[in-house]
Amino acid sequence: MWVGAGSSVFYESGETSHFMREQARVEAVGLAISRNDRYIFTDLNFSLEAGQILQVEGHNGSGKTTMLRILCGLTLPTDGEIRWCGENIRKNLAEYHAQLAYVGHAPGIKDDLTPLENLSLAGAMDRPRDGANAEQVLERLRLPAFCDDVPCRNLSAGQRRRVALGRLLMLDAQLWVLDEPFTALDPAGRRLVEELLSEHAKAGGMAVMTTHHAVNLDGCTVHRLQLGT
Amino acid sequence: MSEAKLGTAFISLLRRDLMLAYRHRAQMMNPLLFFVIVVSLFPLGLDPEPELLHTIAPGVIWVAALLAAMLSLDNMFRSDFEDGSLEQLLLTPHPLPLLVLAKILAHWLVSGLPLLLLAPLLGMLLNLGSESLFPLLATLALGTPVLSLIGSIGVALTVGLRGGGVLLSLLILPLFIPVLIFAAAAVGNAGAGLDITGQLAFLGSLLALAFALAPLATAAALRISLN
Repeated sequence: MWVGAGSSVFYESGETSHFMREQARVEAVGLAISRNDRYIFTDLNFSLEAGQILQVEGHNGSGKTTMLRILCGLTLPTDGEIRWCGENIRKNLAEYHAQLAYVGHAPGIKDDLTPLENLSLAGAMDRPRDGANAEQVLERLRLPAFCDDVPCRNLSAGQRRRVALGRLLMLDAQLWVLDEPFTALDPAGRRLVEELLSEHAKAGGMAVMTTHHAVNLDGCTVHRLQLGT
Repeated sequence: MSEAKLGTAFISLLRRDLMLAYRHRAQMMNPLLFFVIVVSLFPLGLDPEPELLHTIAPGVIWVAALLAAMLSLDNMFRSDFEDGSLEQLLLTPHPLPLLVLAKILAHWLVSGLPLLLLAPLLGMLLNLGSESLFPLLATLALGTPVLSLIGSIGVALTVGLRGGGVLLSLLILPLFIPVLIFAAAAVGNAGAGLDITGQLAFLGSLLALAFALAPLATAAALRISLN
């Protein structure tokens, strides 16, 4: 694990942990993004291997969300590139996206569908996890039973966030990209997400997330990347 | 390890959009009601001479169909953009143009196909003879998918903009002109007992062209809008 950049980023090194799909690696090389003729960050570099989790920190407007969108291939960086297993993701975006699950600010769920319908759809649209079952996922997310059949618009913000995070359990993705996953969650919900993250890391997955919360993951080192200091 | 299946994704997306349209039945009906009302205003505003109505019927029905399509187009990607579903669509491993095609097909089934069902009634209202009925349906069957296909490009370009509705009309309506010209001419010619094969062939080729190119252009436009 290494992270580093011009003057704006410090790094904390940690030890790689678990090996299942260990050859996978995601790297950012010389990333820069400008908005309104002003650079938000320049020369941002990091590399993440199987079993590692990266927490991106920074004040509002420091480019955290933009960085995650670049990492997903949604936004083009002004300079630099993202590499998956050593290859620029632009060369084979479909293969990269098959390995990726993204939960952004917008939940990516339809308010007029029930949680069950939303999760089944998430599985059908992408590469589903072996044996993934929307009902079991909802159970794991600890949504009250009556929530299964009501449209998501009638759920609370925290419950909707749980449904959105259910995508992570429906998909067979090695790289999780999470934008403020703890927003709107109660302490139990936060613990649940931490549980999911540490299970994911132990199974050889990797995750990049932005959050202002202190994250406490059992048996996993959380590497930190500071933007815009 | 399970694989992402394109067929499953296409069908799921189509079914999702139809289900959402069904759950918003009232919203879905609005453009259709608009279509009926606009067409039925003409006999009220003009001299209700059967001959005059017979002459203007093809143009009126087609212009109303274009405007109804404009109304329904705006919703094609809007809610997906706002709730983040569009981002997720871009992040699936499937070719985006094909997923876009599923959305366009759903749009046509919900907003284009019902126009076909209503058109014979409105034709009778405007004294369109029975000899023009089949040509009217044929032009709508060939033309309304073109409206959904071309419209999707404009919607994809304007989805991220505030007040994109007016801009959408300015972008898209000029592109609908060839469809309007050939479709209205075909129905008019049929009423005069002339051959309409040429016009139908033109509409068919427009459909083929739009079918082949519009999903690609829409997918590219979506990537730009979400960048």
